[in-house]
Amino acid sequence: MSIQPGINSTPKRNVPLWAQILIWLGLLGLLGLLAAGLLRASHPIMSVGSRVPDFTLTLFSGYEYHGALQVKRSELLGKVIVVNFWASWCQPCAGEAPDVEAAWKVYEHSGKVVFLGIDYVDTEPEARTYLTQFAISYPNGPDLGTKISEIFNRNLGVPETYIIDRQGFLHYIQIGPFQSAAELQSIIDPMISGN
Amino acid sequence: MKKSVYLLFIVICVILMFSVVPARSISAQQPTPSDDEVNAIASQLFCPVCQNTPLDVCPTQACRQWRDLIRQMLAEGKSAAEIKQYFVTNYGASVLPEPPRSGINWLIYIVPPVAFLLGVFLLFQAFHTWKKAVPDPGSAPDYTDPGKPDPGSASAVKDPYISQLEDELKKRT
Repeated sequence: MSIQPGINSTPKRNVPLWAQILIWLGLLGLLGLLAAGLLRASHPIMSVGSRVPDFTLTLFSGYEYHGALQVKRSELLGKVIVVNFWASWCQPCAGEAPDVEAAWKVYEHSGKVVFLGIDYVDTEPEARTYLTQFAISYPNGPDLGTKISEIFNRNLGVPETYIIDRQGFLHYIQIGPFQSAAELQSIIDPMISGN
Repeated sequence: MKKSVYLLFIVICVILMFSVVPARSISAQQPTPSDDEVNAIASQLFCPVCQNTPLDVCPTQACRQWRDLIRQMLAEGKSAAEIKQYFVTNYGASVLPEPPRSGINWLIYIVPPVAFLLGVFLLFQAFHTWKKAVPDPGSAPDYTDPGKPDPGSASAVKDPYISQLEDELKKRT
């Protein structure tokens, strides 16, 4: 029979208070970041009715907006903005391109609607070939650093179209291609009618 | 004889001159970069569209376009760093295999080593405390004489039960 000499008292843990506070704050901070990331992943930032944050689109030369190589969303308040994400490597984009261009031709001289083509992660020579191939004439530019697509939390693929109303709120989201110019016009027309 | 040697010398010089000039012009050209050279850079980048697919093995048309772009930039004399920077500027930081060391991304680089060091510190503290709690074998109390506790030992104040047990054992011997 062996006897353990008196060690039946639990030793007191002596982690300093400041270290405990620091550890808990750090853990809570990390959990907060994780929760924010999960929330962001599960809920798109942009949904119909939400205000669209300002963004600046750098345009391809030859596809300027009133001669300017940059266009800011905030400068277009009072106009309906059709933001169309596309890429030269995207087959469905090629399918809808003539319809989007046809719809643009309807509103081009009205001054009430602006179309912005945003070339999503693409190479410029192929993008230019695409623009020429479909005779696209509305302002177009690359999504540099994918900054604009991040605003729309656009991660479902191209094409996608976001229609912003004249007050700067998101009015309509189209995931995938439009089937006809009339389909696009049926969304835009009620937005500009009455004025 | 002397004249023919002189002529021969001129002919040799002319031949040498014509043989050197094209060689120079060839060396001045930028050779088309090989697939290996392109893939060496492409393997350090990720497809901006397909998630977690390195650019050198990505089979999509988009990735083929990007590999062609790398080839073109290499032919223009751009360095690997310049090409990578171009990709980050145009397609975002997600093309890099690891997040850039800026802004909130620093957390990724700071938190793990800090957590590791904190863990080491806490373990050290815990071991230190445990070591204090275990009595040194050299200073073990003399259990043969319950009336003479080891001074300074944790068991200086005897448990009555242990004392009684020791007394019983003593009586048996």
